[in-house]
Amino acid sequence: MPSLKSLKVRITSVKSTQKITKAMKMVAAAKLRRAQLAAEAGRPYAERLNAVMASLASKVTIGPNSPKLLAGTGNDQCHMLVVATSERGLAGAFNTNIVRAARKKADELIAQGKTVKFYLIGKKGRPVISRLFPGKIVHQVDQSHIKNVAFADAHEVAEDLIARFNGGEYDIAHLFFAKFKSALEQIPTELQIVPVPLAPAAEATGVSAAVEYEPDEDEILAELLPRNVAVQLFRAMLENAASEQGSRMTAMDNATRNAGDMINKLTIQYNRTRQAAITTELIEIIAGAEAL
Amino acid sequence: MADLHFELVTPEKLLRSEEVYMVVVPGTEGDFGVLAGHAPFMSVVRPGELSIYSNLTTVVSRIRVEGGFAEVNEKGLTVLAEQATEA
Repeated sequence: MPSLKSLKVRITSVKSTQKITKAMKMVAAAKLRRAQLAAEAGRPYAERLNAVMASLASKVTIGPNSPKLLAGTGNDQCHMLVVATSERGLAGAFNTNIVRAARKKADELIAQGKTVKFYLIGKKGRPVISRLFPGKIVHQVDQSHIKNVAFADAHEVAEDLIARFNGGEYDIAHLFFAKFKSALEQIPTELQIVPVPLAPAAEATGVSAAVEYEPDEDEILAELLPRNVAVQLFRAMLENAASEQGSRMTAMDNATRNAGDMINKLTIQYNRTRQAAITTELIEIIAGAEAL
Repeated sequence: MADLHFELVTPEKLLRSEEVYMVVVPGTEGDFGVLAGHAPFMSVVRPGELSIYSNLTTVVSRIRVEGGFAEVNEKGLTVLAEQATEA
């Protein structure tokens, strides 16, 4: 049976852990709100851009002259997996889930005899991926200095990715991130970003046939495609930020509750031990008195 | 004449969504004004100033945009700017 003193020490230590997890939970809740607002504010742009892309796609036919970003390299040998994780841990299963999704895809691709490379955003995916797929990580974007994701950050990453694509480093890029559903649920999501997947023009309204372009379609498309990659990345980063905070909030809430349970249990044990010690002492005294 | 529905969006947020009389957009091949009922049109925007008119002569506000796209369709004008700051 543990001594009274060691029980007391344990109770104190669990209490201070609880204080930390509670504080982290509240910080995450505050950050979550902000991240959620940012993610929502970013939605209209992405939606409009998609609409523009769709209407443009219905005009342009994919031919040998179309930009590589749209048509692809004509190969699908080398796949780049862009894995967006967080910079900090203690966010429950957030990073694990994203990495697991990426890993599953990588295993599938390797089984098909394809080459797989990894491009990491955030440092938390690195340990697992470098252990499972040694030497496959081509680059890691450090985001630890970024507090709130700005479009410029996503733009930078997109430019690097496109430069690598044009340099022939890979043929297809997939993006992995966690889509934010609620504080309790984040869905690891896979998205192809290069070549730009075009949704087949859903509505073939006759009205749009008369659109005038300035400069012409191809030039607009050439401008639009890189931007689309950047926007997708930006959205993923925003969603990821919200998911991370949501996941951390839930994890810390659980931790706080567990610590509370543990404190209760330890306190009961402490009191029992104390009571037992008193009883023993009393018995000893009484027995001593009777013996006289 | 009916008003033009104008939307200005940046990746960070929806900046404007309102009814205006006319908007003059700096396109790469020259500035162009859009009134209600404009024919479908699409252009790349160069860095410059976007002016919003409440009627023929009054400019309500000017917004500095850093490149992007402008699309005119039957619903109105949508400017997708990379960056926009109120002047």
